[in-house]
Amino acid sequence: MSNIPDDLNFASTHEWVRINEDGTATVGISDHAQDALGDIVFVELPEPGSTVIAKNEVAVVESVKAASDIYSPVSGEITTVNEVLIDAPETVNSSPYENGWFYKMTLSDDAELDDLMDADAYSDHCEDE
Amino acid sequence: MGQHTSLYQNHLDAGAKMVDFAGWDMPINYGSQIEEHTQVRTAAGMFDVSHMTVVDVSGKDAEKFLRYLLANDIAKLDECGRALYSAMLNHEGGVIDDLIVYRMSFGYRVVLNCATRQKDLQWLTAISQDFNVIIDEKPELAILAVHGPLAIEKLCETLPEHAERIQQLGNFRGFEDGTWFIARTGYTGEKGIELIFPEGEASELWNKLLAGGTKPVGLGARDTLRLEAGMNLYGHDMDETVSPLAANMGQTIAWDPPGRDFVGKSTLEAAQRLQASGGLPQLVGLVLEQRGVLREGQPVHTDKGEGIITSGSFSPTLKHSIALARIPLDSESCRVDMRGTLTEVRIVKPNFVRFGKKVYE
Repeated sequence: MSNIPDDLNFASTHEWVRINEDGTATVGISDHAQDALGDIVFVELPEPGSTVIAKNEVAVVESVKAASDIYSPVSGEITTVNEVLIDAPETVNSSPYENGWFYKMTLSDDAELDDLMDADAYSDHCEDE
Repeated sequence: MGQHTSLYQNHLDAGAKMVDFAGWDMPINYGSQIEEHTQVRTAAGMFDVSHMTVVDVSGKDAEKFLRYLLANDIAKLDECGRALYSAMLNHEGGVIDDLIVYRMSFGYRVVLNCATRQKDLQWLTAISQDFNVIIDEKPELAILAVHGPLAIEKLCETLPEHAERIQQLGNFRGFEDGTWFIARTGYTGEKGIELIFPEGEASELWNKLLAGGTKPVGLGARDTLRLEAGMNLYGHDMDETVSPLAANMGQTIAWDPPGRDFVGKSTLEAAQRLQASGGLPQLVGLVLEQRGVLREGQPVHTDKGEGIITSGSFSPTLKHSIALARIPLDSESCRVDMRGTLTEVRIVKPNFVRFGKKVYE
């Protein structure tokens, strides 16, 4: 059983969103996703300042097994990317919810959060897969 | 539910992530493929490959039969225990399977791929009709491969009764002891041993090796290890539609003595002429030193024409991507279509890592 923190929202494509105290969002991929991908060897991150649209490709993860697109769970502007992942992509495997975050962003439409799953719904979603 | 080897429970106990492999539930990794890969390059790892097909060949015509069946010549096996790698071709000169054959006290032992088991057995049976041979599949045998710079030392500590003979083994040589067969063969580019023995004894040996510090290695790392060693994987780097001459297997075709006939020989001679005129592609190594991972199926564009990647992955030893690719002969420059982006890669000999070290120029 994979680890699913209950303070996050999840997309069906296995990305998570954390709403920070200042209203910005942090995005990463779930424990279930990193486990399915296997050892991650490269992460291609978006440019800070770029605009992303919910459900569109925003990053690429290359694991020993395959290349996978990462979709932004919400729309907005990228403010910061996690540069640790450039030299230590395995951080996503070891700490998917903390040190292995992908990027931080401002939200352009808070209502999009309602389209995401809570921890319970995401847990069911993983089991159904 | 798939078939289980006798080590199934041992895999679960070691935390394996199990996947379907040609109808067998096999361990893909025990946590981290990269750590397991590094374990084999720097210490000792063990692989359960009991799903592979073991066939014993005996009878009056065993030698004659195998000399006709296989593209390499088992007459080279001048003493018991010696091993030979060979392609098994169809009449059109395509590769039905690749295999290892050992000379045994009773005749020969052939180890074939698991995914091709059914068609291999049908082919063996069909070709054997004209020979006085007994073909005996041995599903009751386990195969455990123990590989890495410390593998032989670890194995000798675990099997003191066999230690002296194991230490004396040269590469591609083995010995029988009762129902056990122990040989210096493998698929990793490291020193190591393969043990073929009754499956009822497999769990005990596994646990002893584990207690001695030999770590379990899954099929994921087995694939990156063999790719670094430039070894072909059947169904990826070659199959029935591919000539062994276009799969870097030319050295395994025994043209001498010229009087020996073997299955696929006449079409192989035609392929050889085609190769001499540049009409046959070659299997090469590709190296990508920047970020990104080369993958099987990606199209390759060279100065001489088009090709394709047949195996590609991240090399945990070299820390960048490597691949095997089939491209036009004498290509000098090469670009790979990686998810829509053309990326320049280097063409090298298809052999990247041996004994833990980079070996291409």
